[in-house]
Amino acid sequence: MSRLVKPAGEVETPTGSHATAVAAGDHPDVELTVVPLRHYSRWVLGAAVGIGAAWLIWAFATADIDYSVTARYLTATPILLGVWHTLQLTLLSMVIALAIGVVIAVMRQSENPVLRAVASGWAWLFRGIPLLVQLLIWFNLSLVFDSIGIPGVYTVPTNQLMTPFVAALIGLSINESAYISEIVRGGIMSVDNGQREAASALGMTRGRLMRRILLPQALRVIVPPLGNEFISLLKYSSLAYTISYSELLLSANKIYTANFLVVELLFTASIWYLVLTTIFTLVQQQVERRLNRGVPGAQQQRLSGRWRRNLSLRRAGA
Amino acid sequence: MRGTTVVAARSVHKNFGLVKVLKGIDLTVGEGEVLCIIGPSGSGKSTFLRCINHLEKIDGGELSVNGQLVGYRRKGDKLHELRDNEICRERANIGMVFQHFHLFPHMTVLQNLMEAPVGVKGVAKAEAARRGQELLERVGLGHRADDYPRQLSGGQQQRVAIARALAMDPALMLFDEPTSALDPELVGEVLDVMKDLAASGMTMVVVTHEIGFAREVADTLIFMDDGKVVESGPPRELLANPREERTRAFLSKVL
Repeated sequence: MSRLVKPAGEVETPTGSHATAVAAGDHPDVELTVVPLRHYSRWVLGAAVGIGAAWLIWAFATADIDYSVTARYLTATPILLGVWHTLQLTLLSMVIALAIGVVIAVMRQSENPVLRAVASGWAWLFRGIPLLVQLLIWFNLSLVFDSIGIPGVYTVPTNQLMTPFVAALIGLSINESAYISEIVRGGIMSVDNGQREAASALGMTRGRLMRRILLPQALRVIVPPLGNEFISLLKYSSLAYTISYSELLLSANKIYTANFLVVELLFTASIWYLVLTTIFTLVQQQVERRLNRGVPGAQQQRLSGRWRRNLSLRRAGA
Repeated sequence: MRGTTVVAARSVHKNFGLVKVLKGIDLTVGEGEVLCIIGPSGSGKSTFLRCINHLEKIDGGELSVNGQLVGYRRKGDKLHELRDNEICRERANIGMVFQHFHLFPHMTVLQNLMEAPVGVKGVAKAEAARRGQELLERVGLGHRADDYPRQLSGGQQQRVAIARALAMDPALMLFDEPTSALDPELVGEVLDVMKDLAASGMTMVVVTHEIGFAREVADTLIFMDDGKVVESGPPRELLANPREERTRAFLSKVL
């Protein structure tokens, strides 16, 4: 006995979809209709969230905030300069951190115990001290060393060298390098051990094995968390405000200490941070999609695409 | 045995911690000879193979390839450990084929074949590409040069892995259960390539479960059990009239 089961959408009548649903035992040959599961709790929750959001929006809209100021300052020259400085600091720190991080990660894989110890000490030290404290230490380095350089050959007064930008750059990139080294190390270790053996059996040296075989394969594992690190770094760069580097937050701060429109200017900065993080999140997604092309692990992309297609189909049918 | 000795093992011992994996292996492989090693899993046959190109360090005895000690240099009555790059130079002369192929997935088939000749031996790229293409034709995969390994079947991948090892012009080829990870219908194509290779005079040490292949191709067949060579001899003889009880018991299970 074959029974035809049709999805509800195809036999739905304007009056209601359950009219044709009949107990199978009574009339074996009747067409059966599938009744989709109703998610009542979602409607209730949705309504609650909606009300909450509306209340928040109303609260902020009627609060004592002059949003025209927020909007006006979005394109003010000092703010734009702050955005530029934030970007500059983040990008440069990321590049330096990446270079150091890879070196530290490779050192941790070394057969040389001294290199291994140095590398794990580095990660321990710079991950263990809060970034804010590190920034303050770098900025105040002149209290410890008057000058930096090779004695008798070339020295420079520490105060002259440790500008807010340099201190922020060193502090951010070294702190970040410790985190990146862990990510890269995880990536290297994720490569199948057979790759090491095959390369060794072909006579490759450890250095060549790392450069040509392990690191390229680790890349696919490394890139997604690196994207997250970059976005974190972008936000952490606001800590450079405390050592008077004129990034976005300090630019906003300078304006509101003069005109007392504190929240308005903080909103201006927030909007810029959101814009930047959103842009880089999109970039990250594109890079990941590209790296995953044709790789078994990339099923997710295709699945979510199918899911989206399914959703739109269902909507069209309803 | 023909010509000069390629592999010479004398009382080779190997421990993994407290477990004795190899308990004194003695054997020689002459130039152009094909040695097949059979035995139950855990008998140490793969470990011995991996000792030959120093993927495993031996803990006792002597192992030499082409007259050179593997991993050590002898000065008087002392053995000095070799440096990384010296071991690499020794390994470059020994090709190895693994059970799970281990092709480099981020490189095309041809790049897989060019990587070591260019990077390790300093062969010019054009020359390495020409030679690589030639070897791919030889294993019947000339048309797949620009594909990536994941686009190939297991049998095809293993044939590429053999070609990759051959690209270094090795004096000796080691095979570590080269067909064990393959679907049954793909085993034949890999064995055919190996038969051709043996016929061309390549010196080969093959750890295998393919008794038929061993019977047909091997000059010498060795049965290993519990870290020792139990029995060795011409394959037909050994397979037909095993002298040892353990050999008989093993063969009765696999034949």
